[in-house]
Amino acid sequence: MLLGPALGVSAVLFAIGVGGVLLRRNAIVIFMCVELMLNGVNLTFIALAQQLGPDGQIIVFFVMAVAAAEAAVGLAVILAVYRHQESVNLQDLNLLRG
Amino acid sequence: MIDWVWLAVFLPFVGFLINGALSFVRPKATTAISTVGVGVLVAAFLVALAVAAQFAGLHAEEPILVPLWSWLPIGGLDVTVTFQVDALSVVMLVMVTGVSTLIHIFSIGYMREDPGYARYFAYLNLFVFFMLTLVLGASFPILFVGWEGVGLCSYLLIGFWYSEKANADAGKKAFLMNRIGDAGFLIAMFWIFKETGSLAFDEVFRQAPLILAVGGPTITGITLLLFLACTGKSAQLPLYTWLPDAMAGPTPVSALIHAATMVTAGVYLVARTNVLFAMAPLSSWVVAFVGALTALWAASIALKQWDIKKVLAFSTVSQLGYMFLGVGVGAIASGIFHLVTHAFFKALLFLGSGSVIHALHHAYHHTHSHEDAQDMRNMGGLRRWMPWTTGVMWIATAAIAGVPGFSGFFSKDEILATTFARGHDNPSFFVFWLIGTIAALMTAFYMTRLMLYTFHGPNRTGEAERAHLHEAPWVMTGPLVVLALGAAIGGVLNLPEIFPAGAGWLHEWMQPVTASGDFYRPLAHLPIGTEWLLLAVATIIAAAGILGAWRFLRPAALVPVREAAPETGLQRILFRKLYVDEFYDRFIVRPLVWLSRYVLWKGVDSGVIDGVGVNGSARTVRGFGAIGSWLQTGQVGTYVFFFVVGVLLILRAATRI
Repeated sequence: MLLGPALGVSAVLFAIGVGGVLLRRNAIVIFMCVELMLNGVNLTFIALAQQLGPDGQIIVFFVMAVAAAEAAVGLAVILAVYRHQESVNLQDLNLLRG
Repeated sequence: MIDWVWLAVFLPFVGFLINGALSFVRPKATTAISTVGVGVLVAAFLVALAVAAQFAGLHAEEPILVPLWSWLPIGGLDVTVTFQVDALSVVMLVMVTGVSTLIHIFSIGYMREDPGYARYFAYLNLFVFFMLTLVLGASFPILFVGWEGVGLCSYLLIGFWYSEKANADAGKKAFLMNRIGDAGFLIAMFWIFKETGSLAFDEVFRQAPLILAVGGPTITGITLLLFLACTGKSAQLPLYTWLPDAMAGPTPVSALIHAATMVTAGVYLVARTNVLFAMAPLSSWVVAFVGALTALWAASIALKQWDIKKVLAFSTVSQLGYMFLGVGVGAIASGIFHLVTHAFFKALLFLGSGSVIHALHHAYHHTHSHEDAQDMRNMGGLRRWMPWTTGVMWIATAAIAGVPGFSGFFSKDEILATTFARGHDNPSFFVFWLIGTIAALMTAFYMTRLMLYTFHGPNRTGEAERAHLHEAPWVMTGPLVVLALGAAIGGVLNLPEIFPAGAGWLHEWMQPVTASGDFYRPLAHLPIGTEWLLLAVATIIAAAGILGAWRFLRPAALVPVREAAPETGLQRILFRKLYVDEFYDRFIVRPLVWLSRYVLWKGVDSGVIDGVGVNGSARTVRGFGAIGSWLQTGQVGTYVFFFVVGVLLILRAATRI
């Protein structure tokens, strides 16, 4: 039931996330887009768990835990970068250019 | 006592260690150095005599093996350090230690004032160690160790006065020419191992007749390669040119290494492997051919040399040719007989010339003159100052020229007689006999020339120097007298068959060694009449050479070197040693240097190995690095883009299954 629309929504969410990561330059926005991708995938898991058993739901909990940790670390990194570079624009951050 | 034969080998090595150490800490302690240097040799000689005495009492048909330790156990090959006492090695053992002892004693006087006294005796001891390893080794690898070791000592002693470039060059030349021969030795060893699965003499000589065809390509190839090694070590055509240059070393070294012992190693090798050579008639013929040709070739060059040591050097090459002629025609015992008598008279000649050079060197040293102390044009009339040297040198000359009764007469005659006897099977041996006889005539001539120019006629040394000429001290003349005794009566070792008693003693003695070879080529016996005829021819030849030189040469007409005019015509060609060195330089050395420099160095080494190999791989890595570096933009966006593209490609590939 409603599997098709659910997968469709998750695909759209994921695509928006990818597009945002590729096109935006602000680190915080890119970060939010990554969250969007994660949640798109979470929706897929939930939808498929309806038919395939509860394993998908368990994995969603893992993803949420990791996403929370990632948000904490990621935001801290961005904050540190900002203190250092006075910018969160990724185009200005090219110290590792070969 | 035979089990203690290793003592004779290792005593000189101990002497080398002690003298080598002394050369660093006490190079001036001449008494200690001479005591050690000569002492170990005397001890080794006594051991050798004891071994020989016991061996003679045993009448052993089989060689007595003295195994010491296992050296190279590799799979099916087990090379053990084993010494072999048999009829041949006993003769060599006694000869080497005896002559070495005398020459060591002589060196005490000759080298006394040299700053490298300790180093000299260390090298000389080391040489004896390796030489004894060579003659006593019971397998090809052990013989090869000695073979290479004596080559090393030869190199060290030729370049003993290495501060002069010519001497160091002469050492290098000797070393390099010997390498050519040694390559042959190595390949022969590999080949022998491949065929027989062993390298020990007894095993190889037992197997070879069973598994190899007589006269087949295998045995011929092996023996020819072995003979190539002999031409290097024993200075035969075409590799003989290092020996005359080797005279750059001290004169006792020339006597010991480059006349009496080391250069005869090739003859020893052919005698040792006489079974193999007997199975390869073609190789034996080549040995005899090269020997005869070298005898004539070198004798002709010796006719016109002015350097007293050069005359003797070419004489050595020529006499080695006789020995190879002997072992080539299957007269193994005669070849070894000539080897022994030659060791006596040639060591004597060299030491005598050393005594002369010593005297002239001192005379010129006193007057601070820089004249050549080795050129016979600076000598003349020395018999007035050096009666002992003159006397013993005449004995040696009589021996080498083949004056009846002296040792060289018997040994040379035996070789020529056997060659003549072989002529009935193959007429080419008549030609070899003729070549040998002509060379004998030349030998008598150039030796008399040497004696006339050195000891007779007016003195050309110089007015001021004349007062300083003197006979050598007893420590030098003593060994000369002992050697003269050997040169005079050494012939009794192997008298010809026309003598009623004691004939062919050495022949009998060597029977156990030569028997298996004689099986393939029985020695032909000449009728008594022919034997007498050949003896008469030899006598006439010797007399003709000596009297001819006496009659035609005018010592009084000679002038010292600085006033001498250069030679012309044939004399010049002979003086320049038939231009062989120039020929080798032009056609071998220079092309080789050119090839090395422009092809191997500039082309292969600089171009291919450095250019393509080393620098090329570096350039390739740097190119890949540049691409990687260009991809590393530092822009997160780029990385993400490639990441997404990559994921899409992988997904596409994964979903196409």
